[in-house]
Amino acid sequence: MSARKYLVLLVVIVCAACGDVSLARGMRAFGAVTLANLPTLYTAVLSPWTLLGILLLLGFFASYLSALSWADLTYVLPATSLSYILMVLLAKFFLHEHVSIWRWLGVALIVTGVGFVANGPEATPGAHRHNRIETVYGPVGAVGEVADGTGEA
Amino acid sequence: MSTVAVWEGIAAVVAASTLGDVLQSRAMKEIGDLGLVRKSEGLWTVIRRVATNGRFMLGLGFMAVGFFSLLITLSWGDVSIVGPASASLTFLANALVAHIYLKENVDRRRWMAAICVAGGVALLAH
Repeated sequence: MSARKYLVLLVVIVCAACGDVSLARGMRAFGAVTLANLPTLYTAVLSPWTLLGILLLLGFFASYLSALSWADLTYVLPATSLSYILMVLLAKFFLHEHVSIWRWLGVALIVTGVGFVANGPEATPGAHRHNRIETVYGPVGAVGEVADGTGEA
Repeated sequence: MSTVAVWEGIAAVVAASTLGDVLQSRAMKEIGDLGLVRKSEGLWTVIRRVATNGRFMLGLGFMAVGFFSLLITLSWGDVSIVGPASASLTFLANALVAHIYLKENVDRRRWMAAICVAGGVALLAH
């Protein structure tokens, strides 16, 4: 896998975790939002931390779509779940939340899960448009597997 | 709200989120590597292809349904059950549907990854 693809996965992980933490930080400054004080929500959305959170989550979505354009969903989801770990670390050291032993166990399980996909191939041959080979019989994969053949524009 | 209703809500969240994820993945597979498309045809072509893809928009709709279903289900049951259950079951449902609908090669290694991450996400809620 190229450095560009690792960079895209890194952007997904960092933007997801930092976006959620920024939103949490922004919303906490305004207390609980209820129907009685709904206008507070508009003020909260325009606060710098909340705006930063929204921008980071837009960045997350763009890079997530980019990753899905060259990697399988079953590769992208576990690989980018490292964002949960970054979120736990940010919650502990930036938001000063208590992190229980169960959460650390959850972190260990996620790291194990990421380890399972880390060394495997990121895409099923022929599943993505850029790694299909067009033949007179229709699209086939890079190693000769028949692709689904329904997605061509 | 009864326990059955809460689990029906969780099932709705999982179904809508999974459909949203696989439809978006299918759409991106059709469009091709966004980085390569941007290099050869420019950023506006990338944006136009994504925004005019029917499966992508349908996937976005299902993601919205999943989000609002989650909000409603959270008002019915404990967040400590609804949050982790829906997140971790969505991971497993994605692996199953990606294998069936997207024809992805979900081998034993990817199943183990999905199970570990699903378990890990569930534990993070404690």
